[in-house]
Amino acid sequence: MTALKGTGGNPAASGGAGMRLRGLIRKEFLQVLRDPSSIAIAFLMPILLLLLFGYGISLDAEHVPVALVAEQPNADTDSFAGAFRQSRYFAPVVMPGMREAVAALNSRRVDAIIHIKQDFSRRMRSTDGGVIQVIVNGIDANNARLVQGYVEGVWAKWLQAEALANGEPLDIPVQVEERVWFNSELKSRNFIVPGLIAIIMTLIGALLTAMVMAREWERGTMEALIVTPVTIREVVVGKLIPYYILGMGGMVLSVVMSAGLFGVPLKGSLWVLFLASSLFLLAALGMGLLISVVAKNQFVAGQAAIIATFLPAFILSGFLFDISSMPAPVQVITHAVAARYFIAILQTLFLAGNIWPIILPNAAALLLMAGLFLGLARRKSGKRL
Amino acid sequence: MGRRILALMIKEFLAILRDKKSRVVIFVPPLIQVLVFGYAATFDLKHVPYAMFNEDSSTVSRELEAGFRGSPNFKEVARILRHSQIASLIDRKDVLMVLHIGPEFSRDMAMGRPAIIQVIVDGRNSNTALLTLNYAKTVITSFNNEFAAANGRTGPPARLETRAWFNPNLESRWFIVPGIVGLLLLVVTILVTALSVAREREQGTFDQLLVTPFRPAEILIGKALPGFIIGVGEATVIILITVFWFRVPLQGNVATLYAGVVLFLFSSVGVGLMISSLSATQQQGLLGAFLFVVPAIILSGFTTPIANMPHLIRQITYLNPMRYFMIIIRGVFLEGTPFSMLIGQFWPLAAIGLFNMVLAGWMFRRRL
Amino acid sequence: MSRPDPRTATETGDIALALGRVTKKFVSGARRVDALQKVSMTAREGRVTGLIGPDGAGKTTLMRLVAGLLVPDEGTISVLGIDAVRDPLDVQSSIGYMPQRYGLYEDLSVQENLDLYADLKGVHLSDRPGRYRELMAMTGLGPFTSRFAGRLSGGMKQKLGLACTLVSPPRLLILDEPTVGVDPVSRRELWAIVYRLVRDEGMSVLLSTAYLDEAERCDDVVVLHEGRILGSGAPKTFSGPMKGRTYRVRVPSVKNRTLQERLSGQPGVVDAVVQGEAVRLVMSNAETQAVEKLVEEMEGALIEAAAPRFEDGFIALLREMRPPAARSAADTGRAVAAAAGKDGETIIKVKDLQRRFGDFYAVKGVTFGVKRGEVFGLLGANGAGKSTTFRMLCGLLPPSGGTLSVAGVDLRRAAASARARIGYMSQKFSLYGNLSVRQNLDFFSSAYGLSGSLRREMIEWAFWQFDLGPVADSTSADLPLGFKQRLAMACALMHAPDIIFLDEPTSGVDPLARREFWQRIDSLAEKGVTVLVTTHFMEEAEYCDRMAIMAAGEILAIGSPAEIKSRARTTELPEPTLEDAFIALITGTTEGVAA
Repeated sequence: MTALKGTGGNPAASGGAGMRLRGLIRKEFLQVLRDPSSIAIAFLMPILLLLLFGYGISLDAEHVPVALVAEQPNADTDSFAGAFRQSRYFAPVVMPGMREAVAALNSRRVDAIIHIKQDFSRRMRSTDGGVIQVIVNGIDANNARLVQGYVEGVWAKWLQAEALANGEPLDIPVQVEERVWFNSELKSRNFIVPGLIAIIMTLIGALLTAMVMAREWERGTMEALIVTPVTIREVVVGKLIPYYILGMGGMVLSVVMSAGLFGVPLKGSLWVLFLASSLFLLAALGMGLLISVVAKNQFVAGQAAIIATFLPAFILSGFLFDISSMPAPVQVITHAVAARYFIAILQTLFLAGNIWPIILPNAAALLLMAGLFLGLARRKSGKRL
Repeated sequence: MGRRILALMIKEFLAILRDKKSRVVIFVPPLIQVLVFGYAATFDLKHVPYAMFNEDSSTVSRELEAGFRGSPNFKEVARILRHSQIASLIDRKDVLMVLHIGPEFSRDMAMGRPAIIQVIVDGRNSNTALLTLNYAKTVITSFNNEFAAANGRTGPPARLETRAWFNPNLESRWFIVPGIVGLLLLVVTILVTALSVAREREQGTFDQLLVTPFRPAEILIGKALPGFIIGVGEATVIILITVFWFRVPLQGNVATLYAGVVLFLFSSVGVGLMISSLSATQQQGLLGAFLFVVPAIILSGFTTPIANMPHLIRQITYLNPMRYFMIIIRGVFLEGTPFSMLIGQFWPLAAIGLFNMVLAGWMFRRRL
Repeated sequence: MSRPDPRTATETGDIALALGRVTKKFVSGARRVDALQKVSMTAREGRVTGLIGPDGAGKTTLMRLVAGLLVPDEGTISVLGIDAVRDPLDVQSSIGYMPQRYGLYEDLSVQENLDLYADLKGVHLSDRPGRYRELMAMTGLGPFTSRFAGRLSGGMKQKLGLACTLVSPPRLLILDEPTVGVDPVSRRELWAIVYRLVRDEGMSVLLSTAYLDEAERCDDVVVLHEGRILGSGAPKTFSGPMKGRTYRVRVPSVKNRTLQERLSGQPGVVDAVVQGEAVRLVMSNAETQAVEKLVEEMEGALIEAAAPRFEDGFIALLREMRPPAARSAADTGRAVAAAAGKDGETIIKVKDLQRRFGDFYAVKGVTFGVKRGEVFGLLGANGAGKSTTFRMLCGLLPPSGGTLSVAGVDLRRAAASARARIGYMSQKFSLYGNLSVRQNLDFFSSAYGLSGSLRREMIEWAFWQFDLGPVADSTSADLPLGFKQRLAMACALMHAPDIIFLDEPTSGVDPLARREFWQRIDSLAEKGVTVLVTTHFMEEAEYCDRMAIMAAGEILAIGSPAEIKSRARTTELPEPTLEDAFIALITGTTEGVAA
């Protein structure tokens, strides 16, 4: 009974912090291993989302259906139509007249009409213009602009080839020499897939922790846990470490798939990627913890995780829409989205390399957000009910 | 029967609207999101920051510079004196584009040889890079034409005369904002309906409901109507914002638009109830809602064209109600597409809704 | 140092726990709840102190305050001489606290749960094997160490929760409703463990319970009601003043239930309950003549004095605070006249009913019948298969085997209109929590197809009969449990059903509300309404005409309360209670299995 009083006295002081933390972490891992849904969220979801998004989101138009209408078909117009046929961007359909072409455009069978007017052979070498009319369906403005650009490209290339064949070079005072850095083929996948990693990590980090913490509250285990001599820091760290490891597992999986399946080059170094991901994951986990601590209920936590993480990460992060094109007030809002910093790092790291002036300030912002979220979660979750 | 359904519907409404938190969740985020996303979701490029590296200080090269400075699409933010500065400016994203005019530029121009202007763009965002290149080419082409005309040269051959129908200024807001109507309607109706049965299951009231003389069909209708009515109300508000705040022209018929809204809500309420009938807990309902909503948004053509997707994924999109609604709402808004031309979009929505409703009604009694 | 040093003992006053004028309020939405109001109490070292009170009395709040999980708005809390408000971590190092749901991780095994709590409480690795052995021996969980906690029965979960709390022996053990939903055998075992801890390890124990019979097992009790202390002291201090005021009355020609109904509410009667073969009466003062006067018109009435119980004192205390309502609960049946039918006709038939979940049989071959106008009880601990049987009868769950019929039909397959003949009240008083009382009544009356003047009339009846008028516009989730129960019952009765199903209708409700509830049931049965009810309060089963005792999915015994008790009658136990009978039945089956 002496021993009894001794151990009962003050185990917190008997240096049990390591033991307590180890116990919490082991418990968390056992739970993860036995709960197929957390494994599914951590590993199956990244694969599924990466496949779906990686293939589903593309800005590269290929085989755009266009209607070709020549008012006076002849060898020149045939040769021009041939240029469209050879381009991988277009799937041209020759139509007899504008009426058919307009009907096709209205019913969305074609995205654009290339209308070759009379006297094409004569007027194509003159500067007066207006010999070819291009009508695009402008509903999807971005796509329309890209189609316009592609048509210009085909036209310029065809003219060049014609001129060369006829031995009379074109008179172009200033010629453009394009140099596209980092993504010379301008593949949108190279730009989208790295950003996707951030979206997926947001989902895993925030959703998983938000649900897991709320579950402990709902099942009443949190009450039994915090009445033991653990400190709240140990509870938070005990949650963070297992889900950090799980999240990094998902991260490695995503990176391997990006490089292996989608062929996105990774120019920067792996350890920078590792560090930046760690910072972002901490911020995402912190956000999840904060949501769950405030909500204490799986329903509200889950809803908040969708509304506060997924949609902003999708639209306000620079993942798809360029932040610098947004109006100033919206740009200010984007600073509160952790994903924006990580996406900036990822796009640079994958395509350009270790460019410190980009990586460092964004990493600092992530560090700040991680600290803020974790600190808030820690403060909000005191050992009281 | 009508009276009982009415009672059920009133109860559902009260259950959703009497609680302040759920009132807020249903009405506030959509309104904020339509405003923020309406501004944020744009592919349009304005004021592309660029740096000028002109090694040829001649009048002609300055005229070319002026062409860029005068363009609303570009904004000169730096001038470069040394070659080594290019990399650091682009790397740091200080500029998206560097224009490099070499020392031989004016000499080549004078001799009638093609003078080269190097356009270096940052390709990290492929879309922005492509647009930037196109804008730069437009500026240079018009410079070429003016120069040729002024100097009596033959100049470059015929230009293309381009017109964009339905959206003449190619504003991507016209494309995106109507899409947001669909996005938010989907999120709200799924959240309202997907959890409605699961919530009752958790609280035990679903049993209470099942032992009353309600038929499954009545329960189904009673549960579907509130989501539906809230959806129509929210659609109206968001459409008004689209028309009067974002000034997106509504070319088509309002009745046709509402036919689309109603059918889209019918199908998404159906999916929501289906998810609901499958899930025993609210958590499952939430995960189910999530697993449906995220791919539905991505695979709808909301941001990126379905035509760009690989064949297999394109086939999957036919199961997605939002895909059809995107075509309907954009068509009615921008093209004024008449009802008859949209029948091909209407019936799949009705079919998806009906299929899910029937299945959900059947599941109500099964999964207990 | 097996006993506390006498000097320190006098200095600390031998006190394990002291609360001084503690007040705690909660704000939920617009509503403020005074969970505790100026509560002062002490618990002495080396004793079992019981916190007694119905749900919502503030028991859990008090325990959480003591454990340092909540901060009081006012007042002082000293636990083992430590200020629980200032140094919660120090308190938590020296106490063991078992929350209501045991705080077990259901997806971890018994051993893993123990390891976790040993880690958290800093038990030395070298000390563990010995401690584990002791705990396993004490709880009898030894053979199940590798089983997942979620797969344990209610009683075993509770013992594991206790073992986890005790893994590092605390000086003060706090148990929040440790016996709720646990079968009587496990309850007895738990009490044995608690007393061993107090005796052998000198532990102090603070536990809460809603079972009044358990109060008598405590050294000291503190009675809590609506956030205030009604009284405290040894259980005898409550039953003592009742001396000479308690009687058992029997009238051979009158059914006990009828007799109880006639006696309750009479002048001078504080309480009347059916107990065994008689009606137990508690009078407002010790005058035998008053009792004699009550039954003078009844032929052959037998009156004998009875030993007072804790419950008698408790009810007397509550009655002082809440006099009985003017309208009689016994009128409930008046508006609910059941459809005409032959008396004695078997209206619910169940044969070989089975229900399987995966490879687990929740109900394995149950057969019974219920006659029209009968009150039939299904008894058993949580997990015995009561609720599963119940849900199958209501058509909420398809059976895996066997046949059943309710009023001639299987509700699962019958037309929806057949369901208008039954009323159903579920375990959790499932009402729409965020609707107001009136909105709930409106909804359920329409759901059952009432309309026009009949609907208005029945809603008025419900307001009046169940005394819901004052809370008509309150959100029902915010109501005290007793109101929720009445509202749930009103919703189940408005359409005048022939048969009502009541699943654990009294759990967590205070004893007065329970008495009122049974009066209503009684009056319904008088009108020919058939009542099927489940409960885990053994003493409530006395109100049933017949009952079935269930354990592990099987019916152990079926019959009237008297028949069932007679089975447990031995020479040492000439008048067994139902609980005794239950324990005899359970141990009988386990012996049978072992043999």
